Amino acid sequence: MQNQSMTAMNSTEQTLDEILNLAAAHFKVPRGKLHPDDDFFKTLGIDSLQTLDLLTKLENHFHVELPDYELQGVSDFRTLAGKIQARL
Amino acid sequence: MRNHERHKVHGECETKVGSDCRGSALSWSVADGVIDLALHRAPCNELGSAALEELEKFVTDLERVQAEAHALIIYSEMKPGFCAGADLRELYHRSQAMEKAEAAKGVRDFLERIHRVFNLIDAAPLTTIAAVHGVTFGGGFELALACDLIVADKMARFCFPELRLGLIPGFGGIPRLKRDLGNAVVRDLLLTGRSFNAAKAQQIGLVSQVVGEGEALRTARGTAAQLKKFDHATAVAAKKFIKPIPLEELRQEIDLFCELFARPAVEAGLRKFVESTDAQPYLP
Repeated sequence: MQNQSMTAMNSTEQTLDEILNLAAAHFKVPRGKLHPDDDFFKTLGIDSLQTLDLLTKLENHFHVELPDYELQGVSDFRTLAGKIQARL
Repeated sequence: MRNHERHKVHGECETKVGSDCRGSALSWSVADGVIDLALHRAPCNELGSAALEELEKFVTDLERVQAEAHALIIYSEMKPGFCAGADLRELYHRSQAMEKAEAAKGVRDFLERIHRVFNLIDAAPLTTIAAVHGVTFGGGFELALACDLIVADKMARFCFPELRLGLIPGFGGIPRLKRDLGNAVVRDLLLTGRSFNAAKAQQIGLVSQVVGEGEALRTARGTAAQLKKFDHATAVAAKKFIKPIPLEELRQEIDLFCELFARPAVEAGLRKFVESTDAQPYLP
């Protein structure tokens, strides 16, 4: 049971790390400037259309579907990672 | 115009083989039996009165040159995507400047005109290909649905966000989506208003090919080149046989849209969208 929890935790951290790498590469922001609890709209300086780009990138990378309404109110990388993790 | 040489002569808007017409919202040209229709109005080809006027000129030209062509490719030159749909800002501001009855008449007139354009593209006696990338929302999605084939860049995203405004798609989207897909899929897209990516679009049978980023137009040109090998009259007959225009439902859609447009919720929804500074105005 403990191992399962550890695996899940590691997976969430791994997902978070992959999101940060992907966002840094796509929006050409130094990876070191992105942190899990950052407001990604502010940190990346992205508008609504670029947000859709990020959503598509994430769906393609993780092979998941993320309905927009599930992301309502989500603005930090950590919460985003949780939403993705729940669909993996 | 990557990977493709097209001879261009700017000036008059009467397209002949080897010439083109460039407007403020869209341009078209004909070469090697392929008609190119490029959308290029910033920020993302919103369909308002200017674009509609040019689309009307285009379909007038199309009726004249389609006998010399076997394919039509519609694509966007704008980075954010294929088309973000109706110009909601223009719709809102024009409606606000008019009496309610006049605004309602204006909306119906706009819908009648754009339906005529989309119906002509839908039924054109050549093979039509929408090469899409990025945002393909609302009226942009409906334009793609009027085409015979959709080739999508893997970053393409499709959505009918109209219910968020208290409306339904008004440019023929519901009857055309219903023609092409199962009713359950149509309900999901329409009633949830969620957007979905190219992979999902291909999975549900909407998109014929998903290609890498920036490759949709090149792939559409390759497809158009293949089509040229077939007998044109046979291709036209096959299209007419398999792709009926759902005229009665299209008519009903206009009526329903106009009925809904008269409700106060729509004005409130449009105002919220126009005045929003939210980074996610597409979310309800």
